[in-house]
Amino acid sequence: MIIEQLKIYFEYPFVRYALIVGVLVALSASLLGVTLVLKRFSFIGDGLSHVAFGVMAIASVLKLTNSILLMLPVTIICAVLLLSLGSGTKIQGDAAIAMISVGTLATGYLIMNRFAKNSNLAGDVCTTLFGSTKILTLSQIEVYISIGFSILVIAVFLVFYNKVFAITFDEDFAVATGVNVKVYNLIISIVIALVIVLAMNLVGTLLISALVVFPVVSAMRLFKSFKAVTVCAVIFSIISTILGILISIIAGTPVGSTIVAMDVLGFFVFCLLGFFIRKA
Amino acid sequence: MFQLSCENLVLGYEGRVVINNLSFRVTAGDYLCIVGENGSGKTTLMKTILGLKTAMSGHIELGPDITTKDFGYLPQQISAQQDFPATVKEVVLSGCLNHSGLRPFYTKADRQLAETSMVKLSISGIASHRFAELSGGQQQRALLARALCATQKILLLDEPVSGLDMKTTADTYDIVAELNKEGTTIIMISHDINMAVQYASHILYVIGPEAVYFGSTKDFLSSNVAANLSPGGKGF
Repeated sequence: MIIEQLKIYFEYPFVRYALIVGVLVALSASLLGVTLVLKRFSFIGDGLSHVAFGVMAIASVLKLTNSILLMLPVTIICAVLLLSLGSGTKIQGDAAIAMISVGTLATGYLIMNRFAKNSNLAGDVCTTLFGSTKILTLSQIEVYISIGFSILVIAVFLVFYNKVFAITFDEDFAVATGVNVKVYNLIISIVIALVIVLAMNLVGTLLISALVVFPVVSAMRLFKSFKAVTVCAVIFSIISTILGILISIIAGTPVGSTIVAMDVLGFFVFCLLGFFIRKA
Repeated sequence: MFQLSCENLVLGYEGRVVINNLSFRVTAGDYLCIVGENGSGKTTLMKTILGLKTAMSGHIELGPDITTKDFGYLPQQISAQQDFPATVKEVVLSGCLNHSGLRPFYTKADRQLAETSMVKLSISGIASHRFAELSGGQQQRALLARALCATQKILLLDEPVSGLDMKTTADTYDIVAELNKEGTTIIMISHDINMAVQYASHILYVIGPEAVYFGSTKDFLSSNVAANLSPGGKGF
């Protein structure tokens, strides 16, 4: 019966779009999650998504038709700044992330509150923060942008896979042996910003970290090579996103929260599996 | 021919000078041991040579046929976290990165080099083990194999035996001596002066910011520095 119901839903193009975009974005987020989690930058996703939220507030006040054109460059600049702040500055990386994160979130809300003409402000903010239905209301152009950027992110990760591993495992060694780490770090920062802006459509600002962190940490319960963890994280992310979107359509729950709930569930399943495998 | 030349180097951090006006040269095939007390700036010197830190002043010149890609490095500590998922093979292979340019994948030759390095350090049996689960000695061997993948020309080793038991320590020194015999230039930090005079061809002794001894091991042994150091002041 549920299958029948799903069949009907799949007749609608917006459901198909949501699934395609959702899977691609979740896939990109989990790929980057591997390097972010292992470099102890788990919260950068959170910080950057709040930056994107602040910029979106400004864009909506300025009545920009395509807010992504403003969001992307600003988020990229912040990503580069935050990732390079990790070393050699007076303010520590995690404190910098926290500052930028809450600073932009508060400013964004303040701007929306003061200047937005829309009567349903609370609803708008809630949608942006939790991404309740955004993924189901994507316009065709947004779908193409999301698909294009996701493919770009995946391609960059595949091409630079070995570099990403080396820099994540031991940046000093890479620098010492003459690898151009600065360039690769810059590329990684840009790609991270891309993923964050994309993921805002899927789960909303507050829940982005889930897409970045859960797949990797879950995969690490079961596998011990970098390659296996990466592959497993991607599969984990795809399955939990598909389940999340389907369940939310059938049960009428908010998409973002349902996906994250699936991530949490998956994590506990992997923990249990890991426990039994170690015992065996 | 010289591979590395440091002239009038001033090293330090946060405005405090730890080594002042240091000059020395390293020639192909040398085995240079950098010795000195903890905190005397040995690691800072090595990181400056590798470009991980900048000197307060002075010059570091590389030999005519040397680039930064000819350095292999064995750090004292790895910053990667304890549960990092990486097999020994993945770690060793990552040493090949510096000569792979923009190529996205490792070549057959790279994989062969990684294999040879692991055989040389007798860790091919644990190639698929997780790096983080290895013992200290095994981790050092894996990291040394990685350094060998990066280069066979110059190896910089920062206290490669710290925290190892006596047997593993002796093994490590033998491996390094063997590499040096095969033509690899060695620059090693150590606080074990007895070992240094036994293996090294040159000694760089950091006594204090203003007092650094540099010379061949033979000269070092007949110098006042060595006489003051050895038990009873009678020399080694």
